[in-house]
Amino acid sequence: MTDLLEARPATPVGAKGSLWRIRANLVWAGVTNNWNLFRANRVGIVGLAIILFFALMALIHPVLMSGMRWYSGAALFLLIWPVVAWVVWPLLGRLRHERRVTLPLTVGIAAALLVVTGVTLGGVWDAGTYHPVVGNEANPPVLYRTVVNEVADPATEMSIREALLYSNPDGSPLLLGDVAEIREQPTGPYGRHWLGTDPLGRDILSQLMKGAQGAFLLGMVAALVTVLFATSVGAVAAYLGGWIDSFFMRLADLLLMLPALAIFIVMSSVFRFELWHLAILIGVLSGFGGVAIVLKSQALAVKVKPFIEAARVAGGSTFRVITVHVIPNVMPLSFLYMMFTVTAAIQTEAVLSFLGLLNIDMSWGLMIELARNQGYFLTGMRFWWLVFPAGLCVSLLAAAFFLVGRAMDEVVNPRLRKR
Amino acid sequence: MIRYIARRTVQMFVLFIIFLTLTFLLLTALPGDTVKQRFATNPNIPPEAAQLAIERLGLDKPLWEQYTSYMWNFFRGDFGFSFLQYPRPVSEIILERLPRTLVLFLTVLVSYYILGFVAGKFIAWRRGRRGEHAITIGSVFLYTVFYPWFALMLIWFFAFYADVVPINKFLDPQEWVDAPFSSNHVFMVIFGVMLVSGIAALALWIVSRRIRDSDLRRRTVWVGYGALAVVMLWFWYLSDFGSARRLYAGDILHHMILPVVTITLISFAGIMLLTRSSMLETMREDFILTARAKGLAEKTVRDRHAARTALLPVTTSLVIAVATVIDGGIITETVYSWPGMGELLFTSVVGQDTNLAIAAFSFVGVMAMVGHLVVDILYVFLDPRIRVTGE
Repeated sequence: MTDLLEARPATPVGAKGSLWRIRANLVWAGVTNNWNLFRANRVGIVGLAIILFFALMALIHPVLMSGMRWYSGAALFLLIWPVVAWVVWPLLGRLRHERRVTLPLTVGIAAALLVVTGVTLGGVWDAGTYHPVVGNEANPPVLYRTVVNEVADPATEMSIREALLYSNPDGSPLLLGDVAEIREQPTGPYGRHWLGTDPLGRDILSQLMKGAQGAFLLGMVAALVTVLFATSVGAVAAYLGGWIDSFFMRLADLLLMLPALAIFIVMSSVFRFELWHLAILIGVLSGFGGVAIVLKSQALAVKVKPFIEAARVAGGSTFRVITVHVIPNVMPLSFLYMMFTVTAAIQTEAVLSFLGLLNIDMSWGLMIELARNQGYFLTGMRFWWLVFPAGLCVSLLAAAFFLVGRAMDEVVNPRLRKR
Repeated sequence: MIRYIARRTVQMFVLFIIFLTLTFLLLTALPGDTVKQRFATNPNIPPEAAQLAIERLGLDKPLWEQYTSYMWNFFRGDFGFSFLQYPRPVSEIILERLPRTLVLFLTVLVSYYILGFVAGKFIAWRRGRRGEHAITIGSVFLYTVFYPWFALMLIWFFAFYADVVPINKFLDPQEWVDAPFSSNHVFMVIFGVMLVSGIAALALWIVSRRIRDSDLRRRTVWVGYGALAVVMLWFWYLSDFGSARRLYAGDILHHMILPVVTITLISFAGIMLLTRSSMLETMREDFILTARAKGLAEKTVRDRHAARTALLPVTTSLVIAVATVIDGGIITETVYSWPGMGELLFTSVVGQDTNLAIAAFSFVGVMAMVGHLVVDILYVFLDPRIRVTGE
């Protein structure tokens, strides 16, 4: 009999301990399950890798610019961490069942990386040369170009007409056959500037990193604002119905159909438009617009579930039912639309900077606008470092968030799964 | 149905007045007054004359009076004068710009929707085979590529490097020096021809779908499109009216190639992805299984059962795209210097040409709202499951 008394009923996974612990375990199980579904989609993983890459680019910039080596090391450690995870972790996997070995080993490797990267790379960029906005390369490499009649290779030769613009070091005019020493911007990639400099002598790589920071800030703020408004509008409209519902839905219809770009152009001519203004405006427009409609229909499906009825019967107030029961069940879908909002926000910002309407000092769109304004686009491949990197960054990051969104769509939306 | 449309129209009208008011307030609140600045900085205008002009334009009145007189004039069809192109009335400028945008974007819409729908249909049907990832990544890249950058790259390659199409603008001024027609007249002719041939093609498509015998159907389609082509050739080469305008229309079409190709490349991927996911959802439905179980050919199941149902969301997005044509037009027309409505909106807002900007912007709003109404009505016709009740 003692056996029977002592034997506890078989508990399901995670159902022991306090209530919080059970909840945490459930959440963790959900996350693991969804992650496994997400991982099956290779395209989504590609997107995630691209996002990670740009995030690290944004994080590493203040490190490279700073003189403080310890925190340089910390951020650079983040940069190298994926490599560690990818290469070292599987090797450690064999030892994993022995916690005593794995943990100190990981910490040791991490600490070693921290020290090495911090000491070698932290603060390697001095602010005068590498600042993305006001930096200037004072000593560009010398280009030797011979003055000839017929120019075959513009990189090493120049025509006699072009030679009128330059002179010899002693001040005498250049003649046929003379070799001109030219130091000018933009310079192509070389040792100090891995991606070359722009026409004002600023480092392109540094600008790209600064642009990545802006893109992430904008995307995150826009996505958060969107989700905040869209989930609350969707849940409230679905749960309460009536005139509140029709008001928000008509508003959403209107915002969905209105030409967003035209609104941004009008707004930017009225206000001093900064990055976070734009982020909030995008968030409000899509949060009350298209995303609200989708989330409302999802919330309608949640509303008719029995547990909502149960919560109401048990005496839950409207506010409590909406916040505790409806919104958490709409959340997965709203995360999905967060991703699509980020894509839209990044593109909108780039277009507005490209049209010269934003009041910001550096962004990818601005880099493209500079290259276009000064005519570098029609030179094709010759000034590729002015033309390609910024455009590719915008496209890649927008595409990455879109790909992750699509992959999440298959996780959230079971109808799209293969089997 | 008619009651529903009437109710929606009234709602739309109220919304439009709110929209117009907000636009008016925003744009008159612009920092810095162009007109006053122009008169103040121009030393050739004596201050009395400047004051007189400002009074004549009514710019010294309080905001409320300006607002009421503007609204009153607006609904009588008088949009005022443009400040930047001073003596020209706004309505004249908009009428001049409108056909250019319409011709360009209707061509684009037709080409990318057909291309995107057909491509999406095939990709959904071939799900899980090789190349799917590559196609998905490629189309997502096209869908999310930074549009102005992509357009500039295409300009560099096709217009500058290969030099097969003009770089920008909508006509070659040298050819139009002693032209007997205005460019707008030619645009209207092109627009009319496109409209007529488009309606003819649509009618042919609808008729051919009703023919059950596949052999007869194929023959009808070929004969129909052949006849259409012959009529087109006759119009442009043999008829007096068409052949006189052929060269000028050809010049405009030549300038249209690059914008059309660019927007088609960028936009068709979006339609393709939409069609694909819509098809994938449809293919899980029971009636597809039934159709297959009946022993119908794969092609028939795909085209007549799956694709037809999957057309619904695509149609919605088409009408929304028609309504918001001008929005996408801002970038295209700026990059290609195509003087249409989008470019007009952009330059008038940036140049603080208040009257022109309000009129252009409210025009965009009207198109958006009408488009929305059309979506709702179309839905009823396309999907019998949705019925509009009194509510």
